[in-house]
Amino acid sequence: MPADQTPHDRPPGQMELDRLVASARDGDRPAFDELVRRTYVDTYTLAMRLTADEEDARDVVQEAYLRAWKGIDRFRGDARFSTWMYRITANAAFTHLERRRRHRHETLDAVGEPAERAVSALPEESAQSAELLDRLSAAVRELPPKLRVVVVLRDVYDLSHAEIAEELSISESAAKVRLHRARRKLRDALSEDSGDEKVARAV
Amino acid sequence: MRCDDVARLLPEVVEAGAPVDLALGSHVETCLRCQAELARYRRMLRGLRALRTRYLEPSPTLLAQTLAALEEESERKAVRSLLSGRRLAYAGAIGGAAVAAAATTVVIVTRSRRRSGFSLAG
Repeated sequence: MPADQTPHDRPPGQMELDRLVASARDGDRPAFDELVRRTYVDTYTLAMRLTADEEDARDVVQEAYLRAWKGIDRFRGDARFSTWMYRITANAAFTHLERRRRHRHETLDAVGEPAERAVSALPEESAQSAELLDRLSAAVRELPPKLRVVVVLRDVYDLSHAEIAEELSISESAAKVRLHRARRKLRDALSEDSGDEKVARAV
Repeated sequence: MRCDDVARLLPEVVEAGAPVDLALGSHVETCLRCQAELARYRRMLRGLRALRTRYLEPSPTLLAQTLAALEEESERKAVRSLLSGRRLAYAGAIGGAAVAAAATTVVIVTRSRRRSGFSLAG
C-alpha cells in the first residue's frame, strides 16, 4: 500500500479487491476465481500489448494466473494486486517470448501483427483521437519485442525502471537504454506519416 | 549544444523528474525547433499513457479456460498433498513397526538370558 494512503482512503472497488486477495491468501479458491474475473481483461490487454499476438497473449494470461495462485501467499499487500499481476504477466510474457524464440528459431522481431479487436474507448475519447491512438498502438506493436516490452511496462503501465529490470532479469541501465531506443523508434514511426502532428492535436 | 545532440537526448529527458542538463535546457529555451520536438515527445508519452485505459476484448472462452486451468492445478496440488501425506503415514507406520519389532526382540533376548541364568544356578 502506498505510504500516503490509508485503508480508509481506498475506493470501495479496491477495498473489495483487498478483501478477495486476503481470502485468496488463506487458500480460498472461489475468492481467487473472483479476482481473475475482475482483472482478466486488464491482464489480457497487457499480455496482448507485450506479445502482440493473440494466441501468445492467451497462454501468457493463463500462465500468469497460475503463477499468481501458486505465489499468492507471497503477495505482501504493500502494492496493488493489479501492479503485482502486471509484474507477473510481464515476467510470464518475457519467458514466453524467449522460449518461442529459442524453440521455433524465430527472431523476436518476426512476431506477426495481431488483430486488435473491439476496443472499449473512453467516453471522452473522440473518434479522431481513437483513430490516432490506434496508430500509436500499431506503432508499439511494430517495435522489436525487447523494446516493446520495456516501453509498454514503463510508459503505458508506469512500472519503475527497477521493477522492469527485475522482471526481465536485466540491469536498470539496460532497461533505460531499451526504453530510450523504443521511444526514439516510436517517435520516428509516428513522424514517418506525420502521425505525431495528428496525435499532438488529438491527445 | 546543437539540435542533433538535443534530439539524441530527448528520449531520456522527457521522463518526468529526470535531471535536465543545463546546456540542453538553455538550448531548448531558445530553440523553437527543439521546443517543438520536446512537445512532440511529451504528447507521444501522453498518448502511450492513454493506451492504459483502452482495454482489448479477449475471446469469450479465455475466462473459462483460465479458470479451468486453475481448477486443474488445484486438483494436481491436492493429489500431490494427499500422496505426500500418505507417504508420511506409510513411513510413520513402517518406522513404528520397526521400533516395536526391535523392542520385542530386546525383551525376548533379555528373558531368554535370564532363564538360562536361572537354570545354570539351579
